[in-house]
Amino acid sequence: MAEMLYQRDIYGKTLVELGKQNKDIVVLDADLSSSTRTSIFAKEFPERFFNFGVAEQNMMATAAGLASCDKIVFVSTFAMFATGRAWDQIRNSIGYNNFNIKIVASHAGLSVGPDGSSHQALEDIALMRVIPNMNIIVPCDGPQTRDAVIAAANNPGPFYIRLGRPKVPSIENKDEFKLGRAQVLTKGSDVTIIACGIMVQEALIAVNNLLSKGIKARLINIHTIRPLDSDTILKAAKETKGIVVCEEHTVIGGLASGIDEIVAENFPTKVIRLGIKNRFGQSGEPADLLKEYNLTSSDIEKAALSCVS
Amino acid sequence: MQYSDSQIKELEEKAKQIRRLIIQMLAKAGSGHPGGSLSAADLITALFFAVLRHNPKDLNWLERDRFHMSKGHCCPLWYAVLAEAGYFSKDKLLTLRQLGSILQGHPDRRTPGVDVASGSLGQGLSVALGISLAAKIDKKDYRVYCLMGDGEIQEGNIWEAAMAASHYKCNNLCGIVDYNGFQIDGKTKDIMELEPLVAKWQAFGWHTIEIDGHSMRQILDAYQEAKTIKGKPTVIIAHTIKGKGVSFMENVVDFHGRAPTKEEAEKALKELA
Repeated sequence: MAEMLYQRDIYGKTLVELGKQNKDIVVLDADLSSSTRTSIFAKEFPERFFNFGVAEQNMMATAAGLASCDKIVFVSTFAMFATGRAWDQIRNSIGYNNFNIKIVASHAGLSVGPDGSSHQALEDIALMRVIPNMNIIVPCDGPQTRDAVIAAANNPGPFYIRLGRPKVPSIENKDEFKLGRAQVLTKGSDVTIIACGIMVQEALIAVNNLLSKGIKARLINIHTIRPLDSDTILKAAKETKGIVVCEEHTVIGGLASGIDEIVAENFPTKVIRLGIKNRFGQSGEPADLLKEYNLTSSDIEKAALSCVS
Repeated sequence: MQYSDSQIKELEEKAKQIRRLIIQMLAKAGSGHPGGSLSAADLITALFFAVLRHNPKDLNWLERDRFHMSKGHCCPLWYAVLAEAGYFSKDKLLTLRQLGSILQGHPDRRTPGVDVASGSLGQGLSVALGISLAAKIDKKDYRVYCLMGDGEIQEGNIWEAAMAASHYKCNNLCGIVDYNGFQIDGKTKDIMELEPLVAKWQAFGWHTIEIDGHSMRQILDAYQEAKTIKGKPTVIIAHTIKGKGVSFMENVVDFHGRAPTKEEAEKALKELA
């Protein structure tokens, strides 16, 4: 059984690790530090942690001021409020200045669960993807969260890192994490499945089920959504009969759109998008929500079969 | 610190020169915001030429005082002051708003002396707060000044920043409100009343100083007083006249966001001679 971890726990611990190495690491939160786990950093380095209360716009623009004084600023809250409430601040004060600010947002996607639609960010990747200079990482599990946070700290410029709320299984046998480089988890030449975040686990189950039916699926974990690894995507487009993209996000503007853009411009091929389609989220347990929105392993399996049949 | 009459006179002359530059660059650009640039000219001239610890030849000097213009549309004033102080050559001023210019229609980091872009209103006080907190972390004694428009402070973000700056006891932070009483659509009191403005800032935990924003002595005294305040940030509420210095622009809302024509500029420059 794979190890189950909260990405947020790993985030908090990694921040402390970074904080010990670099005195310029500063962390900000907006009254959700116990949920985002920036509280772990706050306890260790209270002089470099600032809680702004329920005021995300101020937090984002304040991060810009700190970054202008050469601080590496990690900013956390829920994905909905980080990217939605403070989008103008992120665009104009962070992205436009190309500042060294790392927005690490938790509770993204449907898997927030019972809190329902107001707290389920299904548009955050789209909102960040349109801002020039912005790097985007969606780690698939606990260990990859550490890789993502370290990569963000070590590379200049603005980053958006998307984390989920629930515990997630650690995905085994991944190649070394490289920013901007997709990870091919299973080799296969019949069909390609591309996933990010918690959908990677669902996709893995689908790949195994397909294999029992004699279909070899190539599974690609795209942790870096910006810059997108077009080489790996085009190779899959050329070598397999179709691409299924799965994301816990609207099909407009996120990972699927990124894949579509690359494929359409360079090597048109069939792309099936599994994601949220013109709907808001709602309350429910994460597993039930994935079923309701057609994002389970069997949905992925069905889509993959339609590519090869 | 006491300022002599001759120092005051010198600064008043300097402010006049800054106003001339503002008119010249806006007339050349053909668009831009004269009203608020002129109303804040005395405040920012005094700051740059008598108060701010800075070195135009060392842009990254870590000990420098910081200035941020939150009301970014008044950048002709910022650019004029930076050029006059020697951050870049004055002939660049005539490239304002042109393609490829270091002087954008709203400020950004391609201009020497501008550390953070502005233009989308309401974010600058937060930026200044971030700089103030960085000084605290690094145990540095530089100060941060932030110019806000009166219309601008209708933005909620300003009050989020105001709350946080007093929460974090940012005594190294000095806000300046250019209270000229006008915004694009008309008088602030008709569009969205700001009063009681001093009481609002006080309620948010700030030390307030109310002055005539065209009295050089009052301006300088206010900056000095702000430096002595412990445990809280200071805001200078400066009563000003929109378009100050050019008779036909004063209190004329049309000149919030309209550049003078060639003829108007000539007339204005005569008044500012």
